[in-house]
Amino acid sequence: MSDQPVPRRPATPMAQQILDRGSLLDDAKRLPSGVKAAGAVFALGFLAVNVAIAYIVIDGRLDGHWYDFRDLGNAIAQLRTELDDTGTGPWLSYWVTGLIGGVAILSFLGGFLLIGSWIERRLLARFQIRMGPNRVGPFGLLQPLADALKLMQKEVLIPIGADRLLFFLPPILVFIPAMLAWGPVPWAPNMAYLDINVGLLYVISITSLSVLAIWMAGWSSNNHYALLGAMRTVAMMVSYEIPISLSLLVVVLLTGSLNLNEIVAWQGSHNVWMAFLLPFSMFTFFFSSTAEINRTPNDIAEAESEIVAGFHTEYSGMKAGLFLAVELGNALLVGALFATFFLGGYTMFGLEEWVPPYLILAVKATTGYFFFIWLRGTLPRFRIDQLMTFAWKYLIPLSIANVLIVAVEATIAARWEAEGIVIYGSFALVNLALTVYAVRAWARVIGYSAELEHPEGPRTADRIGGLKAARQIRTGA
Amino acid sequence: MVGDGASMTTSAEPYVLNIGPQHPSTHGVFRIRVVMDGERIQDLDMIVGYLHRSMEKLAEERTYTQNIPFTDRADYLAAMSSNLGLCLAAERLADVEVPERASYLRVIFAELQRIASHAMANGTLVSDAGAWQTPLLYMFREREKILDLFEMTCGARLTTNYMRIGGVAFEPPPEFWPALEELVDELPDRISEYEELLTQNEIFVARTRNVGIISAEDAINGSLVGPALRGSGVPWDLRKAEPYCVYDRMEFDVPIGRTGDVYDRFMCRLAETRESTKIIRQAIEGIPDGPHKTDIPLALRPPPGEVYGRVEGPRGEVGFYLVSDGGPAPYRFHLRAPSLINLSLLRELARGASLSDAVVTLGSIDIVVGEIDR
Repeated sequence: MSDQPVPRRPATPMAQQILDRGSLLDDAKRLPSGVKAAGAVFALGFLAVNVAIAYIVIDGRLDGHWYDFRDLGNAIAQLRTELDDTGTGPWLSYWVTGLIGGVAILSFLGGFLLIGSWIERRLLARFQIRMGPNRVGPFGLLQPLADALKLMQKEVLIPIGADRLLFFLPPILVFIPAMLAWGPVPWAPNMAYLDINVGLLYVISITSLSVLAIWMAGWSSNNHYALLGAMRTVAMMVSYEIPISLSLLVVVLLTGSLNLNEIVAWQGSHNVWMAFLLPFSMFTFFFSSTAEINRTPNDIAEAESEIVAGFHTEYSGMKAGLFLAVELGNALLVGALFATFFLGGYTMFGLEEWVPPYLILAVKATTGYFFFIWLRGTLPRFRIDQLMTFAWKYLIPLSIANVLIVAVEATIAARWEAEGIVIYGSFALVNLALTVYAVRAWARVIGYSAELEHPEGPRTADRIGGLKAARQIRTGA
Repeated sequence: MVGDGASMTTSAEPYVLNIGPQHPSTHGVFRIRVVMDGERIQDLDMIVGYLHRSMEKLAEERTYTQNIPFTDRADYLAAMSSNLGLCLAAERLADVEVPERASYLRVIFAELQRIASHAMANGTLVSDAGAWQTPLLYMFREREKILDLFEMTCGARLTTNYMRIGGVAFEPPPEFWPALEELVDELPDRISEYEELLTQNEIFVARTRNVGIISAEDAINGSLVGPALRGSGVPWDLRKAEPYCVYDRMEFDVPIGRTGDVYDRFMCRLAETRESTKIIRQAIEGIPDGPHKTDIPLALRPPPGEVYGRVEGPRGEVGFYLVSDGGPAPYRFHLRAPSLINLSLLRELARGASLSDAVVTLGSIDIVVGEIDR
């Protein structure tokens, strides 16, 4: 034994790399000065834009009076006209409002991701007679922050045999559509960051993009659980795109517009929610979207008791965190879309005159989110074939019939230009009755038996014995 | 293959999925090697032994009383029942009299253990079916109270080590009896709550009805025991067929299933919980005063011979085969573990089923790996 202390060797080459790597601060110091300057400019610009927005919104300098905080959207719209008037061309207003919209969506979504996971865990705990997280901060409110910090510190493992690029991309690719889909959601009459006239098509197509990322994740992981989860997800999402599209087609038939803002305005001006007019579409949309976003009772893509974590089994650290965040954000997105299409969006039978409309939408969206949590705390999970059967044999035929019925109703409304409560009230009643009848009748047609509806419990043995006694009891001897 | 004119047919080949030893639904360190074709299971191998502790060999070095703690660790979810099985076998071997009060106490604790174990079994079954642990945690509410009663009496919650050859280790403390009566009063309401919540739930019924069907003939050929056997409609319960302790004085029914599917096994367990409540109530009313154990020599030396003692545990017949050569330790100690034998049918049940069905079927068989590997 020499007197020299033996240097401790890290266990793996990767551990050596981590030791050699130094801290993030060292990395930042090593950056080229140009990159440093660009970063500083970007950070300052980011700060300046935020301050400017706050200044415009709070001070209301633009048209000379104290701004009504209820209508944040008007401030943006005003800014846009002001910028257009400066004569620099449309690109300036396009970029500025786009930047504002992006910042707004990101900060809103980020804030929600932090508070949303806390809400979900606390509520689930209440459903399950537990306490839930209550250690970090008051009422455990800082728990999501601690979780995020923990996830960021963790090492991102790449399994041997994984396709490195395809493994690297999906967490990012799945996050992008989850943000982009928020674009056309109208928060107030002028407050949609992407007020385009094909908003509904945009939402459907953007949300279906995440299938690709999930398939990439499952395929590149080189893991059978991930592959199974990805196969299930792709099959499920592709199948449930159709009922979702059909149920939204019905909304378009009645309102006559693909613009989300106009769909909400239609519901506001007619003082009726689509949920009352189109109960079947509402149910179809809600159920199908649970399949789209992998939540109970359709969380078969990540069925913990079967395939561990589905397509993101192999992901660790913040990459797994991004998948979880997307799942959470999508739940709120579906809540917001559900509110927009079926619950009157930012309108609330005149209440939007008194309360900021975006608050109304936020309340409705979180209500939808609450329902998702409730389902998760209550229901078991379907099997994949049952879920497929439900989509193809049940939802799609009935949705097509629903389109036919509503098309007739829309023709009646358009032909006689009927606008009153009588005609829409009768539509609502007819649709509700037809829904109840059709759901039950079609269930019988495709072979759903009453025995399944009320299964018999166990019987009491009147004797003790083996096979002979079993046969006697079975035959009633 | 690309060059020589690719054909338009797609071909799929089976792949191997390794479920376990660490997996949420294998209920312990149990491994299944599944050959799958898409979502269908073509074949599976069950690989056990990850929890092997050489219990039977170790038992040959220890006295009969020293072996009681081993039975706690065999079926760690139903320690009382395993304790009881070993004690009954040893008592028959050594011809030890048990006081009546001890027999009543044994019945009370064995039935409490049955309720706790069935709560765990049903909870994990519904969890496997995808209800995100809510029913499990509700059922744990009652299980916790039962474990508190155990702790009150013998200081341990899972590994109770409570039964002794010739009686039970301790007299329950005075605060045990009011707590027990309170529990027995509220249990039927709780069980009704589960029935309302689960037995008519469309998704749960769709997941468990006609899944993993075991016919009465198959069940007997596979020598199944316990709720897995009764779920298939065979009215076999050792408490009725071969009464031990004071079960012959108790009035209770034996619930049996109709088709032998997962749902029937689930329902049988739920109904048995209700029957156990009835038995405990009768035992509380009928328990006499007196000593809670007879004194036996510290190193009990039974006469040479062999015995097979069995009790109806929560998972079925827990049998102990003891051979004595006249010494203080058993010459041969064998545990007939119900989980191991019930599990042997899984391969037949899971072939051709989907992965989801196999998971639910495994949950309905209700294995405890400590007992399988020993």
